[in-house]
Amino acid sequence: MVKSRKRKIDDLIIAAVCFLFILICLLPMVNILARSLSSSQAMINNRVTFWPVEFTWESYFYVLQDKAFVRSLWWTALLTLICTLVSLTITILAAYPLIYENLKGRRFYNGMMLLTMYFSAGTIPNYLLMKQLNLIDNPLVLIIPNCLSIFNMIILRSFFHTVPDSLRESAQLDGAGPLNVLVRVYLPLSKPVLATLALFYAVGRWNGFSDALMYVPNPKYAPIQLKLYQIINNRSSIETAQQEGFSAPVASEGLKSASVMFATVPILLVYPWLQRYFITGVTLGAIKE
Amino acid sequence: MKPKRSGRKTLLYLKRTWTLYLMLILPVAFAVIFRYLPMTNISMAVKDYNMFKGVWASPWSDPLYKWFDKAFKTKDFWLALRNTLMLNGLDLIFGFPLPIMLALLLNELAFRRYKRVTQTIVYLPHFLSWIIISGMARQLLAPRTGVVNVLLGKAGVGPINFLMEHGLYVATYIALGLWKEMGWNTIIYLAAITGINPELYEAAEVDGASRLRKIWHITLPGIRSTIIVLLIMNMGRILGSEFDRPYAMQNDLVMKVADVLSTYVYRVGIRGFQFSLTSAIGLFQSVVCVIFLFSANALAKRFGERGIW
Repeated sequence: MVKSRKRKIDDLIIAAVCFLFILICLLPMVNILARSLSSSQAMINNRVTFWPVEFTWESYFYVLQDKAFVRSLWWTALLTLICTLVSLTITILAAYPLIYENLKGRRFYNGMMLLTMYFSAGTIPNYLLMKQLNLIDNPLVLIIPNCLSIFNMIILRSFFHTVPDSLRESAQLDGAGPLNVLVRVYLPLSKPVLATLALFYAVGRWNGFSDALMYVPNPKYAPIQLKLYQIINNRSSIETAQQEGFSAPVASEGLKSASVMFATVPILLVYPWLQRYFITGVTLGAIKE
Repeated sequence: MKPKRSGRKTLLYLKRTWTLYLMLILPVAFAVIFRYLPMTNISMAVKDYNMFKGVWASPWSDPLYKWFDKAFKTKDFWLALRNTLMLNGLDLIFGFPLPIMLALLLNELAFRRYKRVTQTIVYLPHFLSWIIISGMARQLLAPRTGVVNVLLGKAGVGPINFLMEHGLYVATYIALGLWKEMGWNTIIYLAAITGINPELYEAAEVDGASRLRKIWHITLPGIRSTIIVLLIMNMGRILGSEFDRPYAMQNDLVMKVADVLSTYVYRVGIRGFQFSLTSAIGLFQSVVCVIFLFSANALAKRFGERGIW
């Protein structure tokens, strides 16, 4: 069938509208990137839009001089690594037994886990629990209380279900116990899903803010988002300088842009790798038994 | 004879499955300690919290509903409640239909490669934290130095102080929510669309149906149940509150429209040590949320849909 002329025009209009959405998503980030690479003089004169003006790395050097900020970057990276490993292990342990249909107590266990997705104790009861467990100001509080996401558990379980039972049964006939079956049959098959979950957990920890704000008053353990929040909310900025008539080169605006970039770039780096998998992941998560 | 045999059976069963139960210890312990144990602390809502006695030894308040009573008499609580409903309601009105439309648009996109690129880019903002987004927004929207106002200024408009005036703050709050989640929320609809039988489209093609007719009569009915289930889940969350988003965006000048229950509870509870009052507010919020969720689910079932449980 030959496509009509009107059809083709429609296709182009749709493509153009989609391009508009692309611009909406990208331009804000492009502007911040341009600011972070521009001289403070260019920024004060409002000459920066979507391309660096008077290209310089000076904002990044300023940020790197802040020892607490650099420390926080490393600390968050370490935290993210630990959290991802711990979370992945627990998620596997939580999801795998569920594929054994005649395991006694399976339904109860499944219900008990799913229920926590709809009912939670609330901010204050959770905070009081951390106090009772002596976890306030303890770095463990940034790792353990959110180490298992039920949503991710569902994704993994749904994936395990797609593995043919015959594979499991033949391994069992060879005398393999459940642990062996997991390590030899299921885990090698689920590498893509495990990669997706690892990245979900990693991004979650890297972006995590409120647990640090509430449970970790000690600035020593402040993760990057908390640090960034403090930098952004710092009052001294070009705005006040301009309002008060100073034209002194205030570096703080560029510093804010560069700080935002430091928190964003790791995500941009893992994103292309991540997005190959996550569509399958999210669709699997929609199946809830 | 009988009990003996079943005893042996149990033993055999355990011999085969004990490793599975062993695996479950950690996840179960996690759920019990970090999800169910804190629920006992909800009792704080009907007690007078004493920091030195702890949750259990603190005396019951007199009357038991004392803190609820107090909350309902607090002006800031009503303000936070109103703002929560308002912001979530606007999120629902604008944030719910837009991903459906975007998904339909992406589905109609004829160029495969370009479609994949578009998807990749519109999903990206979902992975940025609210702290990052609010940091970007403050710079982009700054009245004198932000690029938005610089460009508006060239067109002879402004400067507009997006984050410091009540109405504009609300609009910006909603718009940034759209920016972050609009693309991501198309995934589930696009997945539902791929499940539609392609023969339907072919038949419509033979009948000479236009593009819009096909969307209206095939695609939309095909994703109907997905739309309804998601609508229920979103309506159930109308009183739920995120924390990072309002907390990262609010400032002293707009607290009248920016303060929501989650940020109020944090400020008055954890910062202000009023644990009993804020526990009562939290409990009130959870109970209303559950009622909303159940009603929405029942409503969906009445429409002949599957619901969420």
